[in-house]
Amino acid sequence: MLAVRSRKPAGYDDVPTLPLYRSAPALDVRLEEFELFAIDRLRVLKGISDGLSRGKKHEEMEKLVTDLWKTNMRHPQASEDINKDIISHFVLRLVYCRTEELRKWFLSMETALFRHRFRNERPEAQRSLMAEFGLAYKKVDISELESVMDKLTQVARSTSQSLPTADAIFYKVPFAEVPELVGSRRVFISKGHAYIAMSQVVSLVATHFRSHLSKALMLTNRKWTSTIVEQEKNRLTPIVEALSTSYLGPDYSQPKEFAEISLREIDDIAKSSFPMCMRHLFEKLREEHHLKHGGRMQLGLFLKGVGLKLDDALAFWKAEFSRKVGAERFDKEYAYSIRHNYGREGKRTDYTPYSCQKIISSTPGVGDHHGCPYRHFSEENLTAALSRMGVNSRALGDVMSKVRNKHYQLACTLTFEAVHGTSCEAGINHPNQYFSDSQMIMKSKNHSTANDTQMQIESS
Amino acid sequence: MPGHEVAKDDMMIDEYEQKQVNAVPDGFNSQYLKIYYGKLFPYEEMFKWMSYANDGKHPACNQSYFGRREFSFTLDNDVYLRYKTFNSVSELENSIKEKCPVKIDIGPVYNVDPAKRHSYAQSGCYPEERELIFDIDMSDYDDVRYCCSGADVCLECWPLMTIAIKVIDTALRDDFGFNHILWVYSGRRGVHCWVCDGKARRLTNELRAAIADYFRVYKVGNENSHKKVSLMGPALHPFLVRSYTEVLKDFFERTLLSSQKIFSTAERYEKILDMIPDESVTSELRGKWQDNRRTSNAKEDINVARWEQLKHLLQSGKQKMQGLRRCVEEIVFSYTYPRLDMEVSKHMNHLLKAPFCVHPKTGRVCVPIDPNRCEDFDPTAVPTLSTLIEELNNEGLRAEADNDRDRTSLGKSIRFFQSSFLEPLVKSCKEEMISSYNAKLQQSKLQQSKNVLAAI
Repeated sequence: MLAVRSRKPAGYDDVPTLPLYRSAPALDVRLEEFELFAIDRLRVLKGISDGLSRGKKHEEMEKLVTDLWKTNMRHPQASEDINKDIISHFVLRLVYCRTEELRKWFLSMETALFRHRFRNERPEAQRSLMAEFGLAYKKVDISELESVMDKLTQVARSTSQSLPTADAIFYKVPFAEVPELVGSRRVFISKGHAYIAMSQVVSLVATHFRSHLSKALMLTNRKWTSTIVEQEKNRLTPIVEALSTSYLGPDYSQPKEFAEISLREIDDIAKSSFPMCMRHLFEKLREEHHLKHGGRMQLGLFLKGVGLKLDDALAFWKAEFSRKVGAERFDKEYAYSIRHNYGREGKRTDYTPYSCQKIISSTPGVGDHHGCPYRHFSEENLTAALSRMGVNSRALGDVMSKVRNKHYQLACTLTFEAVHGTSCEAGINHPNQYFSDSQMIMKSKNHSTANDTQMQIESS
Repeated sequence: MPGHEVAKDDMMIDEYEQKQVNAVPDGFNSQYLKIYYGKLFPYEEMFKWMSYANDGKHPACNQSYFGRREFSFTLDNDVYLRYKTFNSVSELENSIKEKCPVKIDIGPVYNVDPAKRHSYAQSGCYPEERELIFDIDMSDYDDVRYCCSGADVCLECWPLMTIAIKVIDTALRDDFGFNHILWVYSGRRGVHCWVCDGKARRLTNELRAAIADYFRVYKVGNENSHKKVSLMGPALHPFLVRSYTEVLKDFFERTLLSSQKIFSTAERYEKILDMIPDESVTSELRGKWQDNRRTSNAKEDINVARWEQLKHLLQSGKQKMQGLRRCVEEIVFSYTYPRLDMEVSKHMNHLLKAPFCVHPKTGRVCVPIDPNRCEDFDPTAVPTLSTLIEELNNEGLRAEADNDRDRTSLGKSIRFFQSSFLEPLVKSCKEEMISSYNAKLQQSKLQQSKNVLAAI
């Protein structure tokens, strides 16, 4: 982006490089760019989301977002940077307009990104962005500023901000424009007006950005369901649908070479290395000899990723299901979908195991056992399940507090750490990652104990 | 007056009540309530209020406005009727008289008639407007009052409510710029606040939450920490400074210290010492107080004396650390600052008991409180169902008043409601309505002339 600026003639510096995405671009976009740009932006948003859920501090977040943007959103041709920015944003609007949950996530992440980028604009550019939003507030004039100076100083001291100088720029806006500043008592308000410092303008603009985007997403959703889905069913629709569930790390559809499991060891492995969501499905299947569709998909694809071969998978499911529905009905009604999962039927797509994001956003109904226990279990059931996994009471409290704050993946990460007695820096993003990380730890433990024994033998 | 005769007959029926000598017995029963709803409840005024000038003849009036407001009734047998709506004052009046609810709650104004919400399943039925409301309940103060607890209130602890009214009312007017604010006694142990400006009624949930947070100084969900109040940062926000210097400090030092006997026993002063994070200070104070020597001023109140000692030690030269100086303020805030039920204020669809209901446990009427004279409000002296019935029965006053209401002590409350709240409210609603109507008219004219110009 700096490159773009340097090429512009002097005097153009006031022009912000931050678009407000007010209307869709009139650009021709190649289909592969459509998808690639979107994936790049998604990496940025996902990175922000991970950073926030990990409770990173303000400065850490600033650095993280700067890095994410640099790595993912630079176009080989610098002049195309802005187009990539706009195109990717609008593609993701399509992707994330479709459910309340997706909208909420997208809205938060885009707003966080916008704040970051706005703060890094120069004051002149910030002012021109304000004007673009129609926020034509006048600066508070000197005599009025003088009359409230002691209050403004008090507020600045109470929030540990730098004290305002006599020539400081303040804007006077209706308090309703800056809810977060009001709620945290970071502004002086009088007769319904908030006095905001130049450094707080970001809050005002972000509020507008957010509400504008929120409305736009609702409209896009309406357009999507009424026309686009049908019109684009052979072109954009499949791309868009795949994007919202696409997980950006490795997809775990191919088991790692060491991870090949046999039916004999599956019970032990389930106890030691399955994340709670899979352990629960596994136990329910052993108990009830049946799982509904959602559960079969979630567990079945996971097991495929873990390294259960198709033949073993068929044997595994058949052994359980036939006790309930009989072998014949299993062959007729259920075997197909297992082969389907392995890409041996129908479209012959090799299906990808579900990521945490997908599992968390699923909506299990009556009799379903799939979903994310941290999100879908009652507090009581979750506590019981955690103790069964051997999580001690201290760790249990930490896990539950993450759950209450809706950080389900962090809760799972803490569980992993408690069960394995090691830290898990990367965090848990995928059930199959939980499994392979767990196996790695188990193997190295076994390995070291084996070594120890050997050493003893040698020394004796 | 035939209604009056009915009332007398009702008295006759209840034989056990006859045994009470020459006065209507205390308490709350459906017979009394019927009379109350029959003769005293201010239907017209409630309708006028909830119409916000939409009941007029002006073309800008929205005739469906009142009819989209949710009311809900709690009946004698604990049956709870939600989503009741009324299209006119007589519908409201007839329904209340017929059902005789022990409690009436008021909800938001919906985008469509919420009673027919099932027919709008497609487009949705959602709250569109709602007064900004606050609910303050004395039982939330149980850790800082020693006179009574739970549902009881007395004149010793009621000043806590007076403080709440003063702090919140001033901030709503001076900081947020609201003008039409109604304070109501909840009938038992607390107060309700209704902010009725158009701006307030149209606030989003997000903004309601922001306002509620502006008022919050208490930490949440930390039962293990002794400090209830956390005043972070090197200075206080101007709103907190004003509340402290104008209200909290004086009430604490002049009223609550001695009325609640905050330092009178070891158990009580230990609670305060717990809030001071400095071992040397607390042990010095404890040492002084344990001796219990009442040397020089035997006349001086022990609570005041101990508070002065504490302040002196914390604010003296050697305790210059910011943290300790802040302690004095934190103690005062802990013992005085308003404790709001946040959830009530944060969401549009929260129901709140209507003014002029009668509390079923106390028989007291939920009368308005004048925020300018809230020090004078005495919860134990508000009209009760039985005193009102008695006043109605009092033949002597009958000739002097034009209507039933003015023969009773409720008349004064209703007149205050009208003159101090309702009239200015309706006046400004009308002005707002007319000016926005004219602005729209102006704009459409402008558009027309533009169109004409364009056509030429």
